[in-house]
Amino acid sequence: MTFALGKGISTSKTDQRGHARGEGILYMVWRRFRRHPGAMAGSIVLALILLSVIAVEFSPYSSDASNMAARFEPPSWAHPMGTDALGRDYLTRVLYGGRISLSVGIMVVAITLCVGVSVGALSGYFRGWLEPVLMRITDAFLTLPAFLVLILLSAIMREIELPFFQRNNVVTIALVIGLLSWMTFARLTRAAILILREMEYVTASQGLGASPHQVIFGHILPNMIGLLVVEATLELGYAIIEESGLSFLGFGIQPPTPSWGNLLSNASEHFIKHPWLAIFPGLMIFLTIISVNYIGDGLRDAFDPHKVLKRMGEV
Amino acid sequence: MAQYIARRLLQAVLLLFVLSIVMFALVNLAPGGPLAGQGQTRRVRPERVAMLKRQFGLDKPLPTQYMIWLVGNDWMRVDLDGDGKPDEYGTRRGVLRGDFGFSFRTRKPVLEEISLRLSNTFYLTVVTLLVAVIIAVPVGILSALKQYSSFDIVATTFSFAGQAIPEFWLGLILILIFYAWLKNPFTGEPLLPSGGMYSLGGEFSIPDRIVHLVLPVTAGALGWIAWYSRFLRSSMLDVLHQEYLRTARAKGLKESRVIYKHGLRNALIPMVTMFALDLPYLITGAVFIETIFSWPGMGRLYYQSAMQRDYPVLMAILIISGALMILSNLAADILYGFLDPRIRYD
Repeated sequence: MTFALGKGISTSKTDQRGHARGEGILYMVWRRFRRHPGAMAGSIVLALILLSVIAVEFSPYSSDASNMAARFEPPSWAHPMGTDALGRDYLTRVLYGGRISLSVGIMVVAITLCVGVSVGALSGYFRGWLEPVLMRITDAFLTLPAFLVLILLSAIMREIELPFFQRNNVVTIALVIGLLSWMTFARLTRAAILILREMEYVTASQGLGASPHQVIFGHILPNMIGLLVVEATLELGYAIIEESGLSFLGFGIQPPTPSWGNLLSNASEHFIKHPWLAIFPGLMIFLTIISVNYIGDGLRDAFDPHKVLKRMGEV
Repeated sequence: MAQYIARRLLQAVLLLFVLSIVMFALVNLAPGGPLAGQGQTRRVRPERVAMLKRQFGLDKPLPTQYMIWLVGNDWMRVDLDGDGKPDEYGTRRGVLRGDFGFSFRTRKPVLEEISLRLSNTFYLTVVTLLVAVIIAVPVGILSALKQYSSFDIVATTFSFAGQAIPEFWLGLILILIFYAWLKNPFTGEPLLPSGGMYSLGGEFSIPDRIVHLVLPVTAGALGWIAWYSRFLRSSMLDVLHQEYLRTARAKGLKESRVIYKHGLRNALIPMVTMFALDLPYLITGAVFIETIFSWPGMGRLYYQSAMQRDYPVLMAILIISGALMILSNLAADILYGFLDPRIRYD
């Protein structure tokens, strides 16, 4: 990635502001990002969540073996988040759930990036008959009552026997959510490309005989990386919320596979008497989303994509 | 302008048509098709199912089925007993004439089911939106006027938090606090009810209605307060740096007049259109709030119908909310041009 960035927007070797030679865009972004307290705090919290989600492998408790002698134990040193209706250590369950929820989130970001950037790049770069067609499709998707369609799709997927998509697993849910949320990327990419494709260096490389593939991936996309990174961060948050919401209603990830959403859903039967069951999974969702949003905000300030785009537009 | 609206309306109708085809195909993807629910509630003889199928036109290929769904089959003779000869006229009038079929669950006409719930959802939505706007507008203005003050920092932090709280979790936590933990000091009963629109068996009373509104509205409004206050803050900040405000000050207007007459008015324009765009989300977003607080509205109906594969109801709610989304998009665009004469239609 550094290489691609270097080709695109690296600051020149002798920066006017007297930065050291070879100081790249990534370092500049990091310097500005560091000054955003919310973004730094968010990064630390998110890193902690990621670490514990990975480290749960070494938990002394199993994530699905029940222990009926230890049902509904309130939080204690042995079980920091208590135990659930089957006597399973809730912390272990919540962290495994986090693994699922975060995987869905990351997969959705990957899917929406691929689909959205392709649609946006194709319509923005080639124009012609392709652009109105792709943009009308994008508009049509934007006018869908997305969450209702999401419920319907996953309710149907839950019943269809498909070899790869059994019982609403991580891949199915990620695909369904991704299918309904790539439009922002498409619009953003198209708008950016419409500006970037008129830039002189693009004309120059086209004149030198670069193929559309080379121009898009070598010159245009690297210049809108900031924009995409910010949007991808926010998308991660949306995706996690949508997955938890879907699983909360019972249409997402199916138990016994835990996810933050279906843990909350199971908790809703017992939470009046055993409140910890509802508090902790939701708290994890909340901490993840707020961290992600602060990181997105910090990245936005650091990359300042709008200012960059505006400047590019004026040239 | 009239031409613009006409063109947009035409596009909207086309879009709705395509949307309905996609939805129809999707629903028919489901195993068993639209009659899947029939065998479950009561034992139905196979001949009876076959007759029902013919009566509803389900023995026809999908495109024909779609036509029947759209325009009905009461204008053509239907072969009821399967002997290849048409017997009597069909009974369906089609969606275009308001016939969304019958709910599998209750066997009542779908439209009747929905209209019962729509007003409940509308009631909850309007109150939620009012509360959200009444709180968000002053917070957003103050935040922008005193940028980086301690009030602004608190409000911004709150809005970050408010946008990150999933409303289904907030709902559970509110029930925990105000239903399970806090008790009415006089009667010892829970401070607030955990669900429903009113006390069952009680007579109609306004305090009772309000008490039942507090938790769902709080859970629903928090995210909107966060979102609108942040939105208004940034659009207000945009406006505050405009040159016409400097002009207004330079010609000696009072500061309050500058801010409210010249500043706020312009800052509210994007907010009003945002409002129009968000309206359908409020209705579809009600799925969580209505499910958690057992509110008898459209969102909960949708959830129950999805749970029990009540496809006619699902279809109808999807089409209605799709139409709402398209219309509110159109309304937002028209409103924007109306409020801001700088926008031109072409």
